[in-house]
Amino acid sequence: MEIPEQLFYTEDHEWGELEDDLMKVGITDYAQHELGDVVFVELVEVGTAVAKGDPIGTVESVKAVSEIYAPVDGEVVEVNGVLMDTPELINQDCYGEAWMVVLKVNDPSQVDTLMDARTYQAYIEAEAK
Amino acid sequence: MSGSEYVTHFPEVREPLLNLKGAPGKNKRVLPAPFDPAGAADLPGTGGLPDLPDVSEVETVRHFTRLSRLNYGIDHGMYPLGSCTMKYNPKITEEIAARLAPVHPADTGAMGPVLERLAQLQDYLGEICGMDACSLWPAAGAHGELTGMMVIKRALKSRGEHRRTVLIPDTAHGTNPASCTIAGFVTKAIPSGENGYLEASILRQHLNHDTAALMITNPNTLGVFEQEIHTIAELLHENGSYLYMDGANLNAIMGIVRPGDMGVDCMHVNLHKTFGTPHGGGGPGSGPVLVRKELEPFLPAPRIVRDASGAYVLEEEPHPESIGKVHSCMGNVSVCIKALAYILSLGHLGLREAATTASLNALYIKNRLKKFFDLAYDTPTLHEFVFSDALQKEAGVTTMDMAKALMDFGFHPPTVYFPLVVAGALMIEPTETEPLQELDRFVQAMENIAAMSREEPEKTHESPLAAPVLRVDEVWAARNLILTWPDERIQPGEEGI
Repeated sequence: MEIPEQLFYTEDHEWGELEDDLMKVGITDYAQHELGDVVFVELVEVGTAVAKGDPIGTVESVKAVSEIYAPVDGEVVEVNGVLMDTPELINQDCYGEAWMVVLKVNDPSQVDTLMDARTYQAYIEAEAK
Repeated sequence: MSGSEYVTHFPEVREPLLNLKGAPGKNKRVLPAPFDPAGAADLPGTGGLPDLPDVSEVETVRHFTRLSRLNYGIDHGMYPLGSCTMKYNPKITEEIAARLAPVHPADTGAMGPVLERLAQLQDYLGEICGMDACSLWPAAGAHGELTGMMVIKRALKSRGEHRRTVLIPDTAHGTNPASCTIAGFVTKAIPSGENGYLEASILRQHLNHDTAALMITNPNTLGVFEQEIHTIAELLHENGSYLYMDGANLNAIMGIVRPGDMGVDCMHVNLHKTFGTPHGGGGPGSGPVLVRKELEPFLPAPRIVRDASGAYVLEEEPHPESIGKVHSCMGNVSVCIKALAYILSLGHLGLREAATTASLNALYIKNRLKKFFDLAYDTPTLHEFVFSDALQKEAGVTTMDMAKALMDFGFHPPTVYFPLVVAGALMIEPTETEPLQELDRFVQAMENIAAMSREEPEKTHESPLAAPVLRVDEVWAARNLILTWPDERIQPGEEGI
């Protein structure tokens, strides 16, 4: 299970990558593995203001439909439209090409509420039990 | 079928689309002409006549007969689809409903006795659920949810309040958030406790002045009775919020406990689950809504009332606060009549016995199989229970593999990957109508699958091996939807369905 060192993680298995006040968000390797083959992706529109925990998109696999939640408060400034036509990217490159949205973060200190790679590793090990 | 090979499967296996069988002039019968085809192109939104296949009578009959032999229904065998209550539908109810088929809804004289029967069903459902008033019109479970939430919305408006949030436990059916959203609410999922039921202390943390209602299923989709329901109802009512109950799993408790006595304000029941009417492709469904007295004015119009002579009629003037019509005419009347016949044929004790036997059958399977499969929650369950694929996953065998393998033993697979709180869920609900021999056959099949998962795990990935249609590529199908005819991706001469 791949868990890149430099990213932040949520309990709902989203990852976030912070650069200044912009956070790129996607779902983790663990999440894509649990979902199985992704067949459909829907993302919120650019300009949507979200609070931490609000849905920013929906991912559908042959098993289930899952919502993707905002890791922090912010405004959606970019969405990855490529995923609409090629949802399989989420299974192939979840930390790279399959990023989902970019948030303009309201309060960068909120990042402290997220897990680092090591805590997330322990979290998914506990969840698997 | 080329005719040059032996038939290793039934010929219907390769039955092509009817459209692919058509050719000009094959149909020798004269078709009635309901309107001038030349003018059809002018009809708004039609885009001209539909491209119907030109096929002969014998081809048409064989096409549908072949397809029907590929089908699997409750009349074939056990259909343990959790949360769907796929019980056997007694044929007598079909017989009784068929007698009302000639009655036209506009024939007020003939409709009197029909409305009387519908009013009787409303009363019986009210008695079974412990609720004060009922509307039979919603056409299915999710339609019932929507209607119930519209009633709550109207009631809030009448109180001059604009509460927007509906709380929904994470074990809920997927239709719950959908219905609330369409009714204009915002939904918030709240976690169940570690024992698989909603704890009042968890609910308390989420209640506030914006909480319109909690939508809960009892027993829930894990088959667990919501044992803190009384406290939950009190908390909601103190907060000025409503308790909505999804009656999908009423089969486990009918004749034993009543939602009204639990503090439920509004609910729907699924006649096509609990009350023995056809479900799924055999439908249609019916999702009556029941409410406490204070919500009655908001029920859909028209209500069934009695006129001066005592005859049953539809009210002429709807209540000013009614949410209005939710269905043309009177909902799915034949389904309601079947449900009434079902209730009358069982009586109070029969309904109660159906509920207890449904739980007994589920517990029998659970206890015989729990050494082979992982039980995600160890809390006592009623009419259904949920295994996970945790034990089989070590050998690379998933819930999907096991569901497919079960088809080789002549069973419809259980509900899979739902509820979402259990990873790799296998949700099993046998219902009360399965005889012991069929339950034993199912247990044996599941034991065989557990053994196959240990000894020949790779074989499960190929399953089913003996079903009419073998393993299909579900991912490809979901990513390449073909929803219209014609489509350049389907060409004459291609085999398969």
